[in-house]
Amino acid sequence: MDGITPDLIILQLFTGLALGAIYVLLALGMSLLFGMLTVVNFAHGAFYMLGAYIGIVLLGIGLNFWMCLLFVPLVVGSLGLLAERFLIRPLYGRGIDYPLLLTFGLSYMMVECVRIVFGTQGLPFDTPELLQGASDIGIGYFPTYRLFVIGVAAMVLVLLWLFLERTPYGLIIRAGARDPQIVRILGIDVGRVWLVVFGIGTGLAALAGLLAAPLQGASPEMGNSILAEAFVVTVVGGMGSLVGAVIAGLLVGVVVSMTSLFQPEMAQVSIFALMAVVLLIRPQGFFGRAGLMS
Amino acid sequence: MLPAEFVARCKRHRVVLSVVFLLIFPLVMPFKAIAVNILIYGLFALGFNLLFGTLGLLSFGHAALFGGGAYACGIAIVHYGAPWWLGIFAGLLGGMLIAAIIGALAIRTRGIYFAMVTLALAQCVYFVAYQASDFTGGENGLRGIDVRDINLFGLHINFVDPLNRYYVVAAFVAAALFVLSRILASPFGAVLEAVRENEARARACGYDVRATRFVAFVISGGFCGLAGALQALHLSIVPIETLYYQTSGLVVMMALLGGMGTFFGPFIGAGVFLLLENLVSLWTVHWQLVVGAAFVACVLFFPRGIWGTILLGRAK
Repeated sequence: MDGITPDLIILQLFTGLALGAIYVLLALGMSLLFGMLTVVNFAHGAFYMLGAYIGIVLLGIGLNFWMCLLFVPLVVGSLGLLAERFLIRPLYGRGIDYPLLLTFGLSYMMVECVRIVFGTQGLPFDTPELLQGASDIGIGYFPTYRLFVIGVAAMVLVLLWLFLERTPYGLIIRAGARDPQIVRILGIDVGRVWLVVFGIGTGLAALAGLLAAPLQGASPEMGNSILAEAFVVTVVGGMGSLVGAVIAGLLVGVVVSMTSLFQPEMAQVSIFALMAVVLLIRPQGFFGRAGLMS
Repeated sequence: MLPAEFVARCKRHRVVLSVVFLLIFPLVMPFKAIAVNILIYGLFALGFNLLFGTLGLLSFGHAALFGGGAYACGIAIVHYGAPWWLGIFAGLLGGMLIAAIIGALAIRTRGIYFAMVTLALAQCVYFVAYQASDFTGGENGLRGIDVRDINLFGLHINFVDPLNRYYVVAAFVAAALFVLSRILASPFGAVLEAVRENEARARACGYDVRATRFVAFVISGGFCGLAGALQALHLSIVPIETLYYQTSGLVVMMALLGGMGTFFGPFIGAGVFLLLENLVSLWTVHWQLVVGAAFVACVLFFPRGIWGTILLGRAK
């Protein structure tokens, strides 16, 4: 273990947090969709990928990266609204597997459409100029962009929390998650609430994709492998739990970056080993309610 | 919808019907290679269907069982010089072993969790195979599974000939169909359906639901492993993509297209899927778009799949 200093470990910890921030955004969206709509979105990876590509399109028509941060989630979230309204809505009440299967087919189509429009090869995605280089974080230099990713994720978390806990609309969403029947009896159109939630969830996935693009470029398949990782995060954190998504996301990010420091070839496997351990000890995940899933 | 009496008669003789069909099938199919693929993927979908259709557990990790069987067969032949029949046996066992490992973990979760956990564990198998390149060939896949001649108690069969190859594979598929038919008709098969229909009641009747699921998962792994082993012999290479999550998705699509929980559905689904893929790829490389759209339409409008709709009519 030559050359591994405490500083290096701390830097790697930050790298893990940046990676974890992306997982958090993905898993938050996924948990929202599951907690509120009981939809497991297999197209979540595809919406993530779409985020990166819509980012490329918007940059191409002259918007800057900062505007993209706002508009990419809006554009992709609107596509999510369409998907919910026309494809998923007819399936409510028909068993939990059907939305899952449908979104799987949808992801197939989305990936192929992106291949048709943008080609099968991946595209590069430049880090915005202001965020290039490294900043001093006290113990060493750390890529500015990764710090930025952590910051954006933290900000989104705060906004989402404020929205869900402090606004009347958030109250309706939380009530709808607990008991849609009662909410409907109180005269609220639950269908519309679900529509909005689906838009938020897919918008979050798109934001994660946009943030990940400068780190790894954009490719039609980028959503495929991250989908499994996002599943691990939601399973470890407990499905439907937003706090769980945040903690598990960061934990998985740190575990990946730490194993890639000490045992690079085990990095991908470590995520799944972590999940196996959690499943053995606590099948419902950190913050999952037992019996919720049956 | 077919008349009930006719359906009942078909059901009684389903294995005989399948065997007759398997014998005639290559003679009407213009492309023998696709016929073999349909058999192999049909068998794969059959194993998947036992879990989803009969037991109601949706697994998104069946690539690991199929690929595990393929790798077990390939490794036995390439690294240990096993004869072909031992390779197939290794595939069968390999599929069951991986199913036992994944099953032991995934069975702890229920409902929708199950799909996610099986997917994640299957990805784990993929990465392990990717890293263990000395054994599995890593990124390049496992090459050199060279079986040209099948020696059956002194009777030599030329495995290179497409028609012979088809009938060798068909023999295994027929055997698998027979075994599956026996399983479904057995008391155990009835327990599987009971667990699917009402888990609480099945438990109250004294059945160990978790053990039932585990055993069904392992049996499913046996069918999928056998399919994987046949695939390894057929292609004489195991590509690493066999283990990727796309393969799991493929089998889900096939089973759903054909008709979940029906006896012939998986083969019809595999056939329609592969023929569609072949036809569409004649005029566009983007066949995935068409197949994906067909699948989405199937989920929306024909959730019982092709065979299920023929048997029972459209769902509400």
